[in-house]
Amino acid sequence: MENEGVVLSREGFAALLRALREDGYRLVGPTVRDGAIVYDTIGGIADLPEGWTEVQERGRYRLERRTDRALFGFAVGPESFKRSFFAPTVSLWRARRKDGSFVVLDRAAEMPRVALIGARACDLHAIAIQDRVLLEGPAVDPSYAARRRGAFVVALNCGTAGGTCFCVSMGTGPKAASGFDLALTELFDGEDHRFLVQVASPEGAAILARVPHGEAQKTDLEAAERVVQNTASQMGRSLDTTGIKELLYRNLDHPRWDDVADRCLACANCTLVCPTCFCSTVEDVTDLDGEHAERVQRWDSCFTLDHSYVHGGSVRPSTKSRYRQWLTHKLASWIDQFGTSGCVGCGRCVTWCPVGIDITEEVAAIRSTEKG
Amino acid sequence: MRRKPKLAVWKFASCDGCQLSLLDCEDELLALAGAVRIAHFIEASSKRLKGPYDLSIVEGSITTAADAERIREVRRVSKVLVTIGACATAGGIQALRNFRDVAEFRSIVYAKPEYIDTLATSTAIAEHVPVEFELRGCPIDKRQLLEVIGAFLNGRKPNVASHSVCVECKLKGNVCVMVAHGTPCLGPITHAGCGALCPSYARGCYGCFGPMETPNAASLGRAFLAANVSPRGLVRMLRTFNANAEAFRKESERHEG
Ligand code: SF4
Ligand code: SF4
Ligand code: SF4
Ligand code: SF4
Repeated sequence: MENEGVVLSREGFAALLRALREDGYRLVGPTVRDGAIVYDTIGGIADLPEGWTEVQERGRYRLERRTDRALFGFAVGPESFKRSFFAPTVSLWRARRKDGSFVVLDRAAEMPRVALIGARACDLHAIAIQDRVLLEGPAVDPSYAARRRGAFVVALNCGTAGGTCFCVSMGTGPKAASGFDLALTELFDGEDHRFLVQVASPEGAAILARVPHGEAQKTDLEAAERVVQNTASQMGRSLDTTGIKELLYRNLDHPRWDDVADRCLACANCTLVCPTCFCSTVEDVTDLDGEHAERVQRWDSCFTLDHSYVHGGSVRPSTKSRYRQWLTHKLASWIDQFGTSGCVGCGRCVTWCPVGIDITEEVAAIRSTEKG
Repeated sequence: MRRKPKLAVWKFASCDGCQLSLLDCEDELLALAGAVRIAHFIEASSKRLKGPYDLSIVEGSITTAADAERIREVRRVSKVLVTIGACATAGGIQALRNFRDVAEFRSIVYAKPEYIDTLATSTAIAEHVPVEFELRGCPIDKRQLLEVIGAFLNGRKPNVASHSVCVECKLKGNVCVMVAHGTPCLGPITHAGCGALCPSYARGCYGCFGPMETPNAASLGRAFLAANVSPRGLVRMLRTFNANAEAFRKESERHEG
């Protein structure tokens, strides 16, 4: 049965990307830019980071060469696919003054459909979390919905864990479980480079039928299983989640919050790279004569003073209160609010914090020094 | 039709770069001229209208006793006073004198030191008179200047974020130069406004917009030292256009000598 597995050669995979483009998808996948493997619009297989990997540590990221020709031989890039659906800035509406009132002008809505290439298990969990908040909640974000609708997802089961990954602790990876049309595992057998493909949707089956592929052998399935097992054993970080919600709620006055506030820059990088963070703000702008106005939505962060500004001032004036808000929301109150953790263990907040603050280390410090 | 507000532009110790940003607003200049009466703007026209002025835009810092007096007069004739640029909001590059002995400079640099009449310090306008709004940058960003004027004309709050440059950097999708290249970057403690110009060209931020809303300069300073920036190098990074801004000054003083 086809669901059990199909094998794509390198050429077959290239043909798959071509077929997606023929169908009008904009491909968003990994590519090397400015010293990192970022997710951006790609044309095809030639844009993928062939033979590249990265070394990630807290506050540090470096590209490195691999000895093979792997196309996905790295862990996760600086940003997730968040930008593709939850855009950094969105014009909500524009208006023109008319007869003492105003008229709202039409806004362009149609978005080209996106195909995500090589989305990791953690990122797919993050997309599911953002869907819950921005698509399936009581208030649908129309811009998110327009971009998210009709997206095609080619997942990739991780063959390498990054130095700051901890998806195993969060139960989100390294094998993609849902949220995709096709899931690939990159396999090497000497010079033979191919992909085991798991088909999860009729759309996935239909597109696969149009490109040359073979049937998976038992040995392919076993090899793919070994790839994810090996990745799972290489996690750069771990986070003990036992009773984590209660642990954090019990420790809102722990001295560790002062300690981390001494290091934290409140720069907001952690929230902006986090694939689940969904906060935004709106700004109203006018032109000089006040004839035209526009309302713009843009990413915001709980680390900015404005984010918690209510009449009279910010309710979280200290960095301590803002860091605590961030961490306890991710790992505790998110569970009450949405039924899952707000952290998928991608490690980005750890790598991309300019001063290397590590969420797993902060929780471990609180856990190990909890009083009575 | 509403009466057109009178706009005045004033210069103190500065390079004129920020005022020029206003003249540089080519596309919007006509709209601006339509929306306000430019009553006093020496850089643009020698014609002057008498005060009081609805909006005064002030560039430059206070470096002489005469200017300390003049800014009081400007305040007296201005309904709303907005300061623009690193000089007016933090003392500017000329505030480097605040860390040294000005009398000594005077005797070494000038052939006739007795002609030089100056204060020992260069200070921000807000240290002398109350100010309604401070627009940062060296130079200011012209889009932000138009935003502030537009907000004033339409009676609304200017959309000028005071968070870090990092937020703008991430909105743009830049790869962080500090994390990925090991380039020291002042972005995390610097006030947004430039659109993360330097990191967009793979350079670290130099801090033109001064300290952000809640700067933790001590922590970033530790990170720079750990990345092999020398204490002297750190002092130099903090002492540029916003050397006298409190957060930058305090951190540079900690590493001096
Ligand atoms: S909190 Fe950190 S590790 Fe968790 S999902 Fe967000 S960026 Fe990834
Ligand atoms: S934890 Fe790190 S990335 Fe997040 S706000 Fe603090 S310093 Fe910035
Ligand atoms: S490059 Fe500089 S401004 Fe940009 S995110 Fe990194 S530290 Fe912040
Ligand atoms: S030095 Fe910093 S504040 Fe100045 S233009 Fe560059 S990034 Fe912007």
